[in-house]
Amino acid sequence: MPPALDVDGASMDSPDAGTSASAFAIEAIGLEKSFGPVRANAGVNLALRAGSVHAIIGENGAGKSTLMNMLYGLYRPDAGEIRVFGETRHFGSPHDAHEAGIGMVHQHFMLVEDFTLLENAMLGFEGGALLAPQKIAATARLKELAAQYGLDVPMDTKVGDLPVGLQQRVEILKTLFRGAEILILDEPTGVLMPQESEQLFQIIDALREQGKTILFISHKLPEIMRIADNVTVMRQGRAVAERVVADTSEAELAELIVGGKVAREAARSGAASPTEILRLESVSLAKKKDAKETLSDISFSLHQGEILGIAGVAGNGQSELLEVITGMRRPTTGRIIFEGEVVADANRYADARELRALGLGHVAEDRLRNGAVAVMSAEDNAILGYHGSARYARKGILDRAAIKSDCAALIRDNDVRPPLPGLAFGKFSGGNQQKIVIGRELLHSPRLLIVGQPTRGVDIGAVTRIHDQLITMRNEGRAVLVVSSDLDELMAIADRILVICEGRIVGEVAAEEANERNLGLMMAGRRLEDVADGPGAGNGC
Amino acid sequence: MSEFYLDILILLDSTLRLATPLVLAALAGLYAERSGIVDIGLEGKMLGSAFAAAAAAAVTGSAWLGLLTGIGASVVLALLHGWVSIHQRGNQIVSGTAINITVAGLAPTLANHWFHLNGQTPLLDGPARFQVITWPWVETIGAVPVIGPLYAEVISGHSAITYLALFTVPLAAWVLYRTRFGLRLRAAGENPEAVDTAGISVYALRYKAMIINGVLCGIAGASLSTALGAAFVRDMSAGKGFLALAAMIFGNWKPVPTLMACLLFGFVDALQGRLQGVDLPLIGEIPFQFTIMLPYIFTVVILAGFVGRIQAPRASGIPYEKE
Repeated sequence: MPPALDVDGASMDSPDAGTSASAFAIEAIGLEKSFGPVRANAGVNLALRAGSVHAIIGENGAGKSTLMNMLYGLYRPDAGEIRVFGETRHFGSPHDAHEAGIGMVHQHFMLVEDFTLLENAMLGFEGGALLAPQKIAATARLKELAAQYGLDVPMDTKVGDLPVGLQQRVEILKTLFRGAEILILDEPTGVLMPQESEQLFQIIDALREQGKTILFISHKLPEIMRIADNVTVMRQGRAVAERVVADTSEAELAELIVGGKVAREAARSGAASPTEILRLESVSLAKKKDAKETLSDISFSLHQGEILGIAGVAGNGQSELLEVITGMRRPTTGRIIFEGEVVADANRYADARELRALGLGHVAEDRLRNGAVAVMSAEDNAILGYHGSARYARKGILDRAAIKSDCAALIRDNDVRPPLPGLAFGKFSGGNQQKIVIGRELLHSPRLLIVGQPTRGVDIGAVTRIHDQLITMRNEGRAVLVVSSDLDELMAIADRILVICEGRIVGEVAAEEANERNLGLMMAGRRLEDVADGPGAGNGC
Repeated sequence: MSEFYLDILILLDSTLRLATPLVLAALAGLYAERSGIVDIGLEGKMLGSAFAAAAAAAVTGSAWLGLLTGIGASVVLALLHGWVSIHQRGNQIVSGTAINITVAGLAPTLANHWFHLNGQTPLLDGPARFQVITWPWVETIGAVPVIGPLYAEVISGHSAITYLALFTVPLAAWVLYRTRFGLRLRAAGENPEAVDTAGISVYALRYKAMIINGVLCGIAGASLSTALGAAFVRDMSAGKGFLALAAMIFGNWKPVPTLMACLLFGFVDALQGRLQGVDLPLIGEIPFQFTIMLPYIFTVVILAGFVGRIQAPRASGIPYEKE
């Protein structure tokens, strides 16, 4: 049994101790599931009160997905029992779970893109061998459900042509159409914009008000505080704690998730040196001559022993800025100076390989596109970009022994899990992928590290480690440029933060003076002066 | 004028005849690919069925028993491809190619062993071959100007298999878009996980599709040796399985456009037949080696020119594995 703490008596009394069966939508008792030697779920207990939103939180690999898949009939538990509304159930397939009233909205939607909402909903629940007679009733039912829960979706558009937020509604409608009383939502906000997330929460509120039970899987603490009634924390295949959301805090949950205090080991110490390492002089970028500039007149310097953050709403030129600095694109005008040497101007630019040789490391913001090759092993990815260096290759022939030993060191030093150099990069979790990419760059002791979205898709434990690594680099007198859409992250690690809006630097704030308000207003296009004076006329970003 | 009209009608008549195996094989491929299985073994299955049908018809003297035998042989091959693709999660291109190569060698070898006719089967005659069906009142209606010759030359006078082939097209469209089975089949080819999580067996759906595929390929093959031709001849499918595949792609995996593509290919084939030995103004007589290339060149041009607009079923060719 999990240590059931701080929970109002009735709900956490042992589920099999004779409490009213109907109070619980789902009870899982001692669920076990192993894959080979890995115990993915080691005796998980869970009790979902009917009509509540129950969150499950935990790091990647904590066993959340395994638990979900057992509740949804995709996996059969090795041991343990699942009860739905008090009745013991054995699920052989998702179909059995549907029959018991459990529906799931997967992280990757289970939709046929070529089908409309109606066809997607009817699939497997057609009601007869011919479609036409059933379509009328099905359409009416979908419209009724849409009105009931505020799920507006165009009926006749192929779902592949709908934006992600609407596709998710199609999934929820489909699940309700199939008669779900209990909805499992697996990381539902992972694919959504912030406004869309808020709309989703309103839908979840509506579902709860009308008596549906929601199991909400997430690793984002603020969301759980916003939407859930209860939260179960999973760690290493066990449900280690359950809390009533109203009685807990993000800090407590964060500790429970990693199993100890989330402590920052490294702290910024010492001031930046006056020695400049990188300078941009009036850098602009346009697709074509006379076309709209994606970067306009960008100038700034970065010094040794400094972390410079770039904040901005996604799509305001951050990606292009990274590309120009890391030698992936040539600036249209202006120059870039790295350690006193002009590395890029309108005529020529040093490419990524030359820059690496000069000591400029790059952790790409989209690691699967620009930072690594998903199907290649961790070992091969650990040398990408450096594979031509004398350390790894002689006359074009790779030195496997050197690669092996460096990769082993990388895995050890960065705590990459699982520690398998031969495993395909894409099979690692997001956090471990990022550890490999950052570890690769750090292995070559860059003088300057350019990092795009350092902790995107990375779980809490790894976030701290990555931040510590960047701060350590800074304290050693090297420099880091961080582009991130996460303001908390920038405020935690950067010495200075530049704000970019529509391809221009609209302001600069020192870390001590930065807060969400002044950064947020600048990101929306207001000048620093306006922000200081309070709300002024913005030019709208 | 009237002679030109008659020329056109004869051309259209040949078009229907030549398009028959294409339509059947293309629909066979369509069922398979819509369920998520790429089938480049259409050629081999047609050839296998052509041999089995001709052999059985020669022995029993019945074209219909020949047809059944051909269908049987083709279904066995289709299920073999299905087993490799579905349960064994093998490479579907390799499996299809293996079927093509195996049948190309096995059929003439068996023919030689059984009939000692240099890899051919005995010539079929009478009820051992599908005869053309002449429609009623051909004489009377044929006398009516314009419409008459159309009725007599184009509509009347094909084998049962040609009419059957034309019927399978609306049937396929109805099955795909109007029935539960069709909805599930299309879903299996687009996103099998969605099918699985709806509690439906992807494997069973794909095997069903392969059985239909085998039946259609079987009929297509039988039409080659017992309707269009009168015996099995080595390599008699002559790339028609691949032409059918091209027609299916050109038809965007949809039944009616696929029919149109087959008719177009059939027309070019008929045209090349007509052009052989004809003295064209300015050009002169085209050597038959060139005219015979026409349908194939045409296919390449069509596919190269239009390949951008088409969308294959997203999951076709990818073995489905439950996690």
